Amino acid sequence: MFSVNHPVLFGLAGVVILYVLGQSIFFTVKAYKRARELEMSKTLLRSIMRGAGVFSIAPAIAIIIGIITLSQFLGLPLPWLRLSVVGALTYELPAATSAATVLGISLTDALTDARSYSTIAWVMTLGSFSGIVIITFFLRKIEKGLLTIKSKDKKWGAIFMDSLFIGMVSAFLGMIFSKVTFGIQGWIPVFVMIFSSLLMLFFGFLVKKKNIVWLENYAMPFSMLGAMAFSIPLTAWIGG
Amino acid sequence: MSQYDQKIHLWGRVSGILAIIAFASYPLLVSIYFNAWPYLGALGKGLLGVIPVFYTVGIIEAFTYAPMLGAGGSYLSFVTGNITNLKAPCAINAMKVAKVEPGTPEGEVISTIAIGISSIVTTVILFLGMLLLNTLAPILESPTLAPAFANILPALFGGLAVIFISRNWKIAVGPMVFMLILFIVMPSLADKVSLLVPVGAILAIVLSRFLYKKGKL
Repeated sequence: MFSVNHPVLFGLAGVVILYVLGQSIFFTVKAYKRARELEMSKTLLRSIMRGAGVFSIAPAIAIIIGIITLSQFLGLPLPWLRLSVVGALTYELPAATSAATVLGISLTDALTDARSYSTIAWVMTLGSFSGIVIITFFLRKIEKGLLTIKSKDKKWGAIFMDSLFIGMVSAFLGMIFSKVTFGIQGWIPVFVMIFSSLLMLFFGFLVKKKNIVWLENYAMPFSMLGAMAFSIPLTAWIGG
Repeated sequence: MSQYDQKIHLWGRVSGILAIIAFASYPLLVSIYFNAWPYLGALGKGLLGVIPVFYTVGIIEAFTYAPMLGAGGSYLSFVTGNITNLKAPCAINAMKVAKVEPGTPEGEVISTIAIGISSIVTTVILFLGMLLLNTLAPILESPTLAPAFANILPALFGGLAVIFISRNWKIAVGPMVFMLILFIVMPSLADKVSLLVPVGAILAIVLSRFLYKKGKL
């Protein structure tokens, strides 16, 4: 008898997630050893690792909410797998919705038909393959192209890299303003962003002027968490 | 290319191919075990509904993020996912804290370590979250906490913006103003923000090239 929470499904998802966990550990260990060869201090590396860990907590908890959302009709194993590995909720939810709509299935009740479940799992899997396929087979070529740019002019190479980052940040900053014409509620993300920026500047001040060096590693995660906390009274006050 | 760089590509390719097989094995084994092969018509239509956008985004992300994250970071983050909302900002922050530049040997290893640790922490939290789901769900889905999770991207990019704008305000102003106007005029683009990342990047590259040639950078 098929169930979206069948033990076999947990087993399959668990094996794939364990593989990805193993890969993460393998790459981290290799990079750590290489960093030591490059004479980077253990103190710095440990501090970077702690910072990355703290940084990941809030987004990871947000991903759990994604699992809860999808689990209502897909059960736990598939959303757990998809959101632990290649996917993000922004891909997985539309992919599942696209397949469910074609099948005429409600997104609020747990699936009972194994073939419908299999169809949705295939759509979610095949629909998100492009990035990993390109990186796996063509990253070396992409890197060679980049090396050519850098070797021709080192200063321009650095500016080129910064421009890529700025492209990403500017697109997301623009998105944060996308609802400002919808009324005062549409400004909530903007105020949250500004609060996060102010916190970042404040932490920067503490690091540079007050010499609280340890804070540098946590300035970003603390700004993010502080701004997320700020959004709660702000939304209650404005009425989101 | 150093021995490490050569090896990272070998490890990346092998582990990437294995990951692709592992990901495909889930629906395949589900189909075999439950004798539940997908409805082909629905599969085709479902894929048609997502591939045009997802494949475009995937290709764009590969070309945009790979130079930022370095080889090890890219191989890892494209397998572990959640790149825009977690892995890329995490790696960028780590490189900034370590005072190393992306694309250098030091930047490469710091980015890989940050993404590796982020993946491990995320996997553990998701596992614990799944085990404790019945306890956690009412808390995480409570209306009180809802605004905090709804605003995670503004909270994340507010801090990141300070790093990049303070360092490169001359390059940043143009793409930012362009994106602000674009999103205010066309709010529906918010769902397709990934497609606009390379637009912002190209704009920033063209602008910085112009300023660089004029000797203003």
